[in-house]
Amino acid sequence: MFKIVHAEFIAPGIKRFILEAPRIARKQKAGQFVILRIYEEGERIPLTIENSEPDKGTISIVVQSAGKTTRLLNSLETGDHILDVVGPLGKPSEIEKLGTVVVIGGGVGTAMAYPSAAAFKRAGNRVIAIIGGRNKELVILEQELRAVSDTVMITTDDGSYADKGFVTGKLRQLIENGVRIDLVLAIGPIPMMRAVAEMTRKENIRTVVSLNTIMIDGTGMCGGCRVLIDDKSEFACVDGPEFDAHKVNFEVLVQRNGMYRDAEQRSLTDYERSKTARVTHEDAEPCAIAQGGKW
Amino acid sequence: MVSPVTKKSTNPLALKERIKVARQLMPEQPADERNKNFTEVNLGYSPELARQEALRCLECAKPTCTDNCPVGVKVKEFVELIVAGDFLGAAAKIREDNVLPAVTGRVCPQEDHCEGKCLLSKKVKPLGIGYLERFVADYEQRMGTHVIPDVQPTGKKVAVVGSGPSGLTVAGDLIQKGHKVRVFEALHELGGVLVYGIPEFRLPKQIIREQLDYMREMGVEFETDVVVGRTVTIDELIHEEGYDAVYIGTGAGLPQFMGIPGEHLNGVYSANEFLTRINLMKAYKFPAYDEPMVDLHGKDVAVIGGGNTALDAIRSALRLGARKAYVIYRRSDAEMPARAEEVHHARQEGIDFQMLTAPVELLSDGKGWLTAARCVLMELGEPDASGRRRPVPIKGSEFDLPLSAAVMAIGTTANPIVQSTTPGLGTDKRGYIQADPETQRTTRPGVFAGGDIVTGAATVILAMGAGRRAAGSIHDYLTTGQW
Repeated sequence: MFKIVHAEFIAPGIKRFILEAPRIARKQKAGQFVILRIYEEGERIPLTIENSEPDKGTISIVVQSAGKTTRLLNSLETGDHILDVVGPLGKPSEIEKLGTVVVIGGGVGTAMAYPSAAAFKRAGNRVIAIIGGRNKELVILEQELRAVSDTVMITTDDGSYADKGFVTGKLRQLIENGVRIDLVLAIGPIPMMRAVAEMTRKENIRTVVSLNTIMIDGTGMCGGCRVLIDDKSEFACVDGPEFDAHKVNFEVLVQRNGMYRDAEQRSLTDYERSKTARVTHEDAEPCAIAQGGKW
Repeated sequence: MVSPVTKKSTNPLALKERIKVARQLMPEQPADERNKNFTEVNLGYSPELARQEALRCLECAKPTCTDNCPVGVKVKEFVELIVAGDFLGAAAKIREDNVLPAVTGRVCPQEDHCEGKCLLSKKVKPLGIGYLERFVADYEQRMGTHVIPDVQPTGKKVAVVGSGPSGLTVAGDLIQKGHKVRVFEALHELGGVLVYGIPEFRLPKQIIREQLDYMREMGVEFETDVVVGRTVTIDELIHEEGYDAVYIGTGAGLPQFMGIPGEHLNGVYSANEFLTRINLMKAYKFPAYDEPMVDLHGKDVAVIGGGNTALDAIRSALRLGARKAYVIYRRSDAEMPARAEEVHHARQEGIDFQMLTAPVELLSDGKGWLTAARCVLMELGEPDASGRRRPVPIKGSEFDLPLSAAVMAIGTTANPIVQSTTPGLGTDKRGYIQADPETQRTTRPGVFAGGDIVTGAATVILAMGAGRRAAGSIHDYLTTGQW
């Protein structure tokens, strides 16, 4: 059991959890993830580690409500427990002094890009962060990124904050302005990472993306997370999660991530229905699942 | 090995009469019922059947059964105790050499070990050693009369990496020698391949839980959710957490794929993933459990491969409602590595064996989902490096087998996590950990290894044999300090 020492929403539907996980906190490096399982009947899902504080024995994760598991997770509060948290998994980001590094975070991907931005800065790089969200409220970690970047550029899809547009627009602007870019790290929705890859491919700019795939064990045993890299099967959990964006077959990634869409939809519908049912019962225990109970 | 038995046998039958007793059949669920449920196939001997079967033992002066058992179970002695009606004594006798008798009694390929060398098999069917082992282990469990050995603590601490059959053997042996033992497991459940790999119908999980409870009672500590190499390294276990020795038993590695077109399609699984979803994550109980899997009801499913894992996967698919369930194997019956009883059971249950057949491409519906396997027929040529005759494709024999799901069970490669994070730990050219076959010592003093991470994919009993040898040499190392 892993205790949630702090939980708070940092944007609508996006929650940060600080978890007591001393072993993981001691070992975590930028780019790595954990796999967690909330309760006995729960699925195992991978989530990138945002930050860790080895002295306090804690790690933080940032979770966006999407399907049943993430919604359930985001219903947990300070003091609740998560049944299983294992990690840090995956290869850490390759952090070296390269010159100028552009770190792009789309939506909740910004939380995953943040530790790498900080690490690139510590390694002596000039860091340009480009972050975006659908609207003002979904632009996250702006202050944190300002603290570790030389420049922070922000876009919103609807123009409700900073510049209207997409993060790729800002990247294009940098390229057109002749900024020498030694590496682009892009983390966010697949269409965003794909668009970044297409843009930098033409310019021959080294680009790394972090792939969020379906996983079970996270140690290479099951092979469910396989992705096509340069037409060869690789495992996101042990060979990744970061890969050369120009070698990733995004089409297969999208296809495989959609493998359980029907089941996921059904889980979500059942979950939402049960939640509504629960609200009508005043005596219901809100954290039944966190305490190992069943609906 | 010279028999230590000098007293008169308790077996009332003369040797000639023993040969005339037929091998007692294992009661089992009818094939057309069990292929729809996950309840165990074999139901187990009654005490009467067990005694009757035990009477067949010839009590050889040099028991080849024991010599051919990777953990050296004293077969003749425990069988004699069954004849005498002392079932608990028989269980205790097995436990001197085997900490998981209820497991090996079920999943061990006895035909390759004890039963394969049974003298009876020269004339009639071999003694049902596996069935008898299972009987006494289950009997002991039902009686609930485990003996907790009283041992003097040595003050030494051992870390065991992996809670599969070899790790549990090491833990069980060393705790009885007075060492402190802590087992680290990467997954959320203990048991390794025994829980994520072998299905309920062949090895009920309750049996593993009972064995684990017994080990806890003996003082073994367990910690789940620890990926050694990532969460903590071998060096940290030794230098920071104060372990005097470490045993690495991390087991099966990364699943192999064939490298044919279409393996990334939806509906294509590795056997490890397929079985893990079912056994560990209970995906077949979706939506009561959250982990999903492809719905197999009324669908055609194939497994590619001919080992125990392949049969476990396809028999599971059948139980999940598959309309047709195929085994696609590129060699013939004679070369199939699976345990004989499993092949027999699978045929009874209606598995369709497409022998001398290999897929060359997996076909898609254009939307990323598997629709068929394009296969080619094979013939057997000259023996290859494995000593088995090499399958050679027959030109022009291609045909398409319609499928909704395909499971690749063609072996594994070494998992690199521990090796790559442990400086000085020697590996062979395939990436497996180098360990002395007698002592299981690695190239790092104080670090031992065994099971699949040393040999590549093998069996539960071979992993346990390695664990047994390792426990012996770890004990020597801890008591003498000599490497």
